[in-house]
Amino acid sequence: MSERRPKVVGFCCERHGLDAAVLAARSGRCYDASVRIVKVPCSGRVDQTHILQALEDGADAVFVLGCLEKNCHYDTGSIEGRKRVEYVRSTLADLGIEKERVEMFNASSTMAWKFPEIVTRMAEVAKRLGPIAKGGGDR
Amino acid sequence: MIVAKRKPMAEIAEMVAPYKKVKIIGCRSCVAICLAGGEKEVKTLVSALRLKAKKEGRRQEFEGLVVERQCEKEWVKEVEDRIMDSDLVLSMACSLGAQTIGDMYPKKLVFPALNTGIFGVPEEQGVWSEKCVGCGNCIIHTTGGICPIARCAKSMLNGPCGGSSNGKCEVNLEVDCAWYAIHERLKLQNRLELIEQVSPPKDWSTSHSGGRRVYVREDARLTQYQKKGREAVR
Repeated sequence: MSERRPKVVGFCCERHGLDAAVLAARSGRCYDASVRIVKVPCSGRVDQTHILQALEDGADAVFVLGCLEKNCHYDTGSIEGRKRVEYVRSTLADLGIEKERVEMFNASSTMAWKFPEIVTRMAEVAKRLGPIAKGGGDR
Repeated sequence: MIVAKRKPMAEIAEMVAPYKKVKIIGCRSCVAICLAGGEKEVKTLVSALRLKAKKEGRRQEFEGLVVERQCEKEWVKEVEDRIMDSDLVLSMACSLGAQTIGDMYPKKLVFPALNTGIFGVPEEQGVWSEKCVGCGNCIIHTTGGICPIARCAKSMLNGPCGGSSNGKCEVNLEVDCAWYAIHERLKLQNRLELIEQVSPPKDWSTSHSGGRRVYVREDARLTQYQKKGREAVR
């Protein structure tokens, strides 16, 4: 039986986060194929319900990738994004679920090296922790 | 408005653990404004509890609903079928909402997901402060529009006390002295003479004593004849 592939969902802002991913691909860098990218207009648009929904629907780990904090296209969007990620992390910790399943990252569009790094890190977390559901069921 | 705060997730998760079908009902009034029990908070709690159940391998069904005002029977009635089809109702409204559902369906279990706190106002985004305790006998026309019952740590009627220093309260230096604020406000209004008038002991019979308080407005009540008419229409 083939090894279960970890499921990582990345909410990437279309201004810098997604550009970093595109640049990584264009510059020939490889990253784990287990990531599913969700394009969002701004990391501040991601709220706790989106992250929790992704986990509920079977993601093992979720990350939000926004612009660098003092260089956000919408000024404070990535600060908002970080606050929501922190909220979800504390909610998970409260419930006895590993909070490291959810992380916030920042990158500029020129940081091609950062995206593969983030994906590798989150895929490792996903592999190490496995599915949230007891017994390994995805849903 | 009524300001409430969600109970810790772990406490809620423990409360709901033994029940299979759980309906989580929020409210679009005060608790939605204070970000405790509106649409988004209900969605968040439903997701969080589903994850917890998944994590522990429990088969539970969670459904989130939001009514316009949970403290009014007419709005609760709209989700009656969903309430009847549940093992537990987890109310994300203030205690008034939870008790309204409990009174309407006494056989149903209704648990609170929020701790109902204060009559407060939003000071800034994410900050609410208490300004009234509902004593039933308002005196703020004599205190520059500031309530000493709610805002003074000692609820003094004649202040400030000796513990007021640089506009702060001796109970906690983070807390503003209500009577200092009253003094400043009255000075601004050229009504400083009011602070020298000694207030007699307050009549607390209108406050929370002697059981539940019920307010009645006779002209708004329906007569027996009108009630019968309404029943007939239904």
